[in-house]
Amino acid sequence: MDNLKAIIEGIVFLSETPISVKKLREIIVDAEEQEILKVLHQLKQEYDERQSGLYVAEVAGGYQLRTRDTLGPWIKKFRGIKPVTLSQAAMETLAVVAYRQPIMKAEIEKIRGVDVSGTLKGLLEKNLVRVVGRKDVPGRPIIYGTTKKFLEVFNLRDLSELPTLRELKELGD
Amino acid sequence: MGYEIKLDIFEGPLDLLLYLIKKNEIDIYNIPIAIITEQYLEYIDVMKSLNLDVAGEYLVMAATLIHIKSKMLLPVHDDTEDEEDPREALARQLLEYQAFKEAALNLDTRDILGRDVFKREYDHEDEVDNERILDEMSVFELVEAFRTIIASIKSDEFIEIDIERMSLSDKINEIMERLTIEKVVTFSELLGPLNDKIQIIYTFLALLELVKLRLIEAYQSEPFGTIRIFLAVKQ
Repeated sequence: MDNLKAIIEGIVFLSETPISVKKLREIIVDAEEQEILKVLHQLKQEYDERQSGLYVAEVAGGYQLRTRDTLGPWIKKFRGIKPVTLSQAAMETLAVVAYRQPIMKAEIEKIRGVDVSGTLKGLLEKNLVRVVGRKDVPGRPIIYGTTKKFLEVFNLRDLSELPTLRELKELGD
Repeated sequence: MGYEIKLDIFEGPLDLLLYLIKKNEIDIYNIPIAIITEQYLEYIDVMKSLNLDVAGEYLVMAATLIHIKSKMLLPVHDDTEDEEDPREALARQLLEYQAFKEAALNLDTRDILGRDVFKREYDHEDEVDNERILDEMSVFELVEAFRTIIASIKSDEFIEIDIERMSLSDKINEIMERLTIEKVVTFSELLGPLNDKIQIIYTFLALLELVKLRLIEAYQSEPFGTIRIFLAVKQ
């Protein structure tokens, strides 16, 4: 397919959420996954080489066109909105959930030493954290985990891309 | 008292303790418990004198500190030599909390979508408009929709599974949880794959119950159109 690159670029441009190679393969049936992957990386390189304001981000198991961080100030002005920021309490709670999932509310509270009902609710509403199920212990408490949107927002391919707590400690020392 | 208090900055008793430890340049494994307890209590006093609501967690930690302090005053007998230093559990807790504080800071340095990097904005106004013209459905219309679904399935597509008795309240909780997170769910999404009769019936009974309790609302934009379920009270 000679126009494979154009097709993929178009779809990635329009896709609302990061689009996976698998999903692209379902649309472009004539192309192999390997081919699609190759083209995606070519696109990525091209955007980088010509120093475009856009780049192909590899996040949450898919690909997404985003504006570069250097454009941040202008985009914020253009959109005229305050960027979404999370409070320190929310970030800490999110970090605990991200590293220790699946985790119960009581376990988060034990680590943070405070009640997390409010922050947890906020994270659920922002769809960064979700209920993954119930623990098979008396009372069947709810257990929480992070969402795909968490990966998307925090620019992560998958959870394994997070530095380990040990690595973070070594960086800090 | 010469303390400059930035109360909002403390994320709880552990955070306050870490701050005191850092301020006094103390080794976390060897906390001079008397000094730290004293300073900690002074902070709490200041918080109280400012008429700030001192969260219960701060008081629990104060009690813990005093307990550790009193334990350390007790003479150590030879036969209890293996007993762990009363400060050890606290040190572990502080170190763990510190690790997650660092993890949170690290998350904050990433290119965050909507703050540092941006994606195309999608106009969801159309959808919102659609919601506005949706008609609220009566229980009878829901029953009719259910009948249509059951009728559309050939009986041999049912897999009869002898599952453990499902409880209606579990199903109700499941639906409420899902709605809290997803805000809107379509009727067919809730029913799931149409091959488990019991599952379908229970889901439907739970829906009816929730409509009756006015906890959820069902909307439809046209007859036989997609049925959307919302929470009645926006949380």
